[in-house]
Amino acid sequence: MVIQKEMIAEHYERLERAPQTGEPVVYTFVPGNLTELIRSFGCLPLLPEINALQSGMRGKSRDYIAEAEKHGHSEDVCTYVKCDIGMALAGNIGPTGTKLPKPDLLLLSYTGCYTFMKWFELLREQYDCPCVFLHVPYQGDGVIEPEHREYMVKQIRELVIPALEKISGRKYDEDALRERLQLSVQAEDDLVWVLESAKNTPSPIDAYFGAVYYVGPIFSAFRGTAEGVAYYQALRREVQERLDAGLGPVAPAGPLDNQKYRLVVEGPPNWTHFREFWQMFADEGAVVVASTYSKVGGTYDFGFRHNPADPLGTLGDYCAGCYTNHNLPNRIDMLCQYLRDYKADGFLINSVKSCNSFSAGQLMILREVEKRTGLPGGFIESDLVDPRYFSAANIKNRLESYLQMVEARRAGGSREARAS
Amino acid sequence: MSRTAIIEWASGIYEDLEFTTVRQWLADHPGRKACGYLPVYAPREVIHAAGMLPVGIHGSGNIEIIRGDAFYQSYICHLPRSIVEFAQSGRLDMLSAVLFPSTCDVIRNLSGMWQILFPDMYVRYLDLPQVADPALGTEFWRRELEVVRRELGRVAGVEVTDARLRASIALYNEVRAIIRQLYALRSEKPWQVPTEELYLLMRAGELVGPEVFLEKAREYLTAAQSDDQRVRDRTRVIITGSFCEQPPLGLIKTIERAGCYIVDDDFLAGNRFLTGDVSLEADPTTALAEALVKGAVKTSVLYEPDPEGKRNLMKNRVAAARADGIIFAAASFCDPALLDRPMLRDGAEKAGIPCIAFKFAENSGQFQQFREQAGTFSDSIKLWGDA
Repeated sequence: MVIQKEMIAEHYERLERAPQTGEPVVYTFVPGNLTELIRSFGCLPLLPEINALQSGMRGKSRDYIAEAEKHGHSEDVCTYVKCDIGMALAGNIGPTGTKLPKPDLLLLSYTGCYTFMKWFELLREQYDCPCVFLHVPYQGDGVIEPEHREYMVKQIRELVIPALEKISGRKYDEDALRERLQLSVQAEDDLVWVLESAKNTPSPIDAYFGAVYYVGPIFSAFRGTAEGVAYYQALRREVQERLDAGLGPVAPAGPLDNQKYRLVVEGPPNWTHFREFWQMFADEGAVVVASTYSKVGGTYDFGFRHNPADPLGTLGDYCAGCYTNHNLPNRIDMLCQYLRDYKADGFLINSVKSCNSFSAGQLMILREVEKRTGLPGGFIESDLVDPRYFSAANIKNRLESYLQMVEARRAGGSREARAS
Repeated sequence: MSRTAIIEWASGIYEDLEFTTVRQWLADHPGRKACGYLPVYAPREVIHAAGMLPVGIHGSGNIEIIRGDAFYQSYICHLPRSIVEFAQSGRLDMLSAVLFPSTCDVIRNLSGMWQILFPDMYVRYLDLPQVADPALGTEFWRRELEVVRRELGRVAGVEVTDARLRASIALYNEVRAIIRQLYALRSEKPWQVPTEELYLLMRAGELVGPEVFLEKAREYLTAAQSDDQRVRDRTRVIITGSFCEQPPLGLIKTIERAGCYIVDDDFLAGNRFLTGDVSLEADPTTALAEALVKGAVKTSVLYEPDPEGKRNLMKNRVAAARADGIIFAAASFCDPALLDRPMLRDGAEKAGIPCIAFKFAENSGQFQQFREQAGTFSDSIKLWGDA
């Protein structure tokens, strides 16, 4: 945690100094981010979703959203967008208190979320800067079609790279990109090891609340960097130590060693009440052993690794493979696999109002996963960064009821086992 | 057929929640099949060339939702609820295929739901080309069209030859031409073409074959051109933001009766998505692809590569339609329309164009608030428009 905080603080300080140092700043999104490519041009990535979620965690999002709504943004739409726009309207002070630079380029990696398109159209209006569009086809049939991969590679080669060359004044250096991709692989291996450590009982990690910290560096600015590699090596060592000692993760109010329930969670967390939300699980002895949200920036645990031998093709594969770019049948398969592989007691869906990419269809996912696995599913509703949609009493009530259901199923299962 | 009879015919199709027209078509054409498509844009030419009936699935505010709500949280728009209701109640069983365009994430995810709910039906998600580069976009979309062409041919048991596709393109060029004429007449003389009537005609066109639609539309156009109606003192407005989930007919009537002439709109925008004729000279799939990439209407569901595009769009539309103001009418929770609105409205207001905005749902039943808003808007323009 300390290492990560230092990394992030240093990155934001570097961003603040960018207008003076001349390092070009590229705004982009978490899913389908081309961090290695951006960094290979000496540019600094900045991710508006990260700023928004950080604003939510720091209690700033309510005012930012209100500011955006005052400027004509509908109450119905994504609160990440409004939080980001509100933050810019309020002076663009970032999550660590530093002034954020304007983008030299908006790299619109259109992966798994319609709203991304509008978000950067809106930011283009605000910053009057160039925007390059990378269209990542959705896996409508559940696979990355070869022609789609080729289409992405062509776009990266013919549109994205020239745009980066223009703002950086540097030529594309494929060897530099390969080196960064090699670093990515190392970090990815260690991240997967950490996430899969939750297959142990007790789990040494929380793969939802804890995992949002674990995926932070790799999903944002540090994939393909030496710092990123060092971070994941340190994280792996720490988790190994916990595993050896038979310890659980550390929840907000202390260690979670008495793990009564092993859950899989679908959907993003709520950020405005993140600690309170996590503690509700911990209070009940519930540990999350796998989550889909921790795959929005890459489904590494299903085998994907960046491939330095095919630098542009692998970037295409990466973009198309992010969780929300998978169709619903794939998402259901993933959840079923997690329930099986992680020996979970059941699964919970946190459905957030802001994100139709995640949320539209989740009620069907709930029924389908229950049907296929026979395990109980629970459904709670909140939002990403709009505190108006977090009802603590309601969520706690639903969580408790759900866990009672898990308990009842267990008792029923035991009775059946005894009877047979 | 008289104008009144045409509108009664169209109204009957609009109000029929059982898709009787489609079922009748299938009964009249043994061995042929029907292919549904969701808003906003799907290449109907390809469906038609496969010998299938293109069926627009636009939801409805008139159907009682029993099963549809069990699939969607309260913060998701109404459209997929009524569509799921239609499907779950067996009303769409006559379809052999459904195309889901990349309109938004709700429709996108519905494609996956459909794959699970109806495993025997052909389902294709249509990822419209978003990239700014025309060559790349055309190449991508051409390939997508080839897949749809091949797959629909397989479903229909028909080889979709170039000749078949070209013939369908020619037919739809005629459809587009008559729609352009109807819209032009409505813009020129809105008292001759009430939007209520135009909308019903367009809506019927989503469920009958293009041949039938052409016949009715031509008859209607002839009647509307010759039928002298009383010119009223109304404000000329553009309605925008209703390209996907459709407003209830009552809302359209309410706006016109509150003192507005609707002189441009984006209702059922898929039938005007290609702004010009598709070439009959080139390879037909390439021609269709190019028509979209180079000549698609400016809409919220496609990326706008021109930085000035959003700022100027409404100004240009207002000028073309000689409108006095804009009503931004979006469906509740419609991401494309509502995320676009601040940009479009800002551009319009900077150009001095009066605007109002409201939200609706396809099942909105109370129109009083819309009447008051539209009426006040119209009055304010008439009273102080030149001030």
